[in-house]
Amino acid sequence: MARMKFLCDAERCIECNGCVTACKQEHEIPWGVNRRRVVTINDGVPGERSISVACMHCSDAPCAAVCPVDCFYRTEEGVVLHDKDLCIGCGYCFYACPFGAPQFPQAGAFGVRGKMDKCTFCAGGPEKDLSEVEFRKYGRNRLAEGKLPACAEMCSTKALLGGDGDVLADIYRQRVTVRGKGGEVWGWATAYGPAPAGGQAPGAAPAPGQSAPTGQKS
Amino acid sequence: MMSCAVALVLTACGERPQVVSYKQGSYQGKPDTQPWTNAPYNGDRKQWDDAIRTRNQTQNEYKRIGG
Repeated sequence: MARMKFLCDAERCIECNGCVTACKQEHEIPWGVNRRRVVTINDGVPGERSISVACMHCSDAPCAAVCPVDCFYRTEEGVVLHDKDLCIGCGYCFYACPFGAPQFPQAGAFGVRGKMDKCTFCAGGPEKDLSEVEFRKYGRNRLAEGKLPACAEMCSTKALLGGDGDVLADIYRQRVTVRGKGGEVWGWATAYGPAPAGGQAPGAAPAPGQSAPTGQKS
Repeated sequence: MMSCAVALVLTACGERPQVVSYKQGSYQGKPDTQPWTNAPYNGDRKQWDDAIRTRNQTQNEYKRIGG
């Protein structure tokens, strides 16, 4: 079974915001909600790097741990989703998330927070797959159509990869081998936890000839 | 007439609780289905797995363009 993950290659990201646009367009996200965004570090100076950030669908999701109404769940594919009918918009998940993934639409006057919205790995939510109500609440369910997230598939430089973690690690390992640098996978150690005892840390570069870092901890 | 009035008065007594009882640490929302359950895959998990695997590999340009 595929264990779905995102991987952003900082050596390749050119800050085009194509992933952000693809996400916005695919799910018809309203103003003020950014399920995905591009963060640039050392902007304008040598060594500048950009990273595309969204929900990483953590192995041990801190958002789910702090949710007072337990509206989060993980699918069999490892995608972290939530039930908007249960969410009370308290914002605890926003404070717990190391990636700033949970977003809150400004619903109504006086800055009242609406229900939390976040990246779904294009997997919809707990409504009938590919239904109108699922699209309205969670966006399009590309996974049920046999497709991967729109952001990753749209990425022109293939800096952002999304899909089965083992396959992504294989692709990345080959890249690092060819270019001979840039082996750090940003966010993987935080999102996918420490490796099993004696294993390689998931955030470290997969060295040539070594097996793929899985780091699953379901 | 009297029984109708009693039934009307006692209607509120039958009101269901509107507060969900939460259990800490477990998902309390609606169940979700697997992505291959509905159309176009109609429960054919292998076909769905193959589709995802193919899409995964199209992200590898070394294989895609034969480099």
